[in-house]
Amino acid sequence: MIAAAANLALVLLGTAMLLAGYRLWRGPDVLDRILALDTLYVNALALVVVIGVRLDDAVYFEAALVIGLLGFAGTVALARYLLRGDLID
Amino acid sequence: MAMMLDALIALLLIVGGATALIGSLGLAKLSDFYKRLHGPAKSTTLGVGSTLVASMLWFGARQMELSVHELLVAIFLALTAPVSAHQLARAALRRYRRRD
Repeated sequence: MIAAAANLALVLLGTAMLLAGYRLWRGPDVLDRILALDTLYVNALALVVVIGVRLDDAVYFEAALVIGLLGFAGTVALARYLLRGDLID
Repeated sequence: MAMMLDALIALLLIVGGATALIGSLGLAKLSDFYKRLHGPAKSTTLGVGSTLVASMLWFGARQMELSVHELLVAIFLALTAPVSAHQLARAALRRYRRRD
């Protein structure tokens, strides 16, 4: 039962990543693309956690942690670059 | 009892995936940047949160001890998702006000 639910969750998360990729591709402005990248990394984090449950391997969790840390730093750096023009003031 | 735990884990996995899909659907379909900012900010909290709770229950039941380190990611995301959404909203305010 859990394997079937994890497969369904993988399909749902993959579709969500495709939709975020669509916004990344189309996005009329830079901010839409930053927001799409933000959504994409959050969905990838959930995807890696579900893969860890599906394959019964706790190592995937560390990858999810690294994706979370680096994704947040990237989003804030890009948004602050647009806001101020440079990263460190 | 183990059956109920399995059903709970499966339900949490599906709820997490469905919420992430709804948030990304909002990101893809809504018409304005401020509207699009709204969808993923919700799906970050609930979608990833319930997926992480499912993972916590699964590894907790598998190793017969409390699996706490998923809480690390959950707390980190709960702290950072509003911050990044706030930064994006501030950048959007500055950018679109300057344009018109």
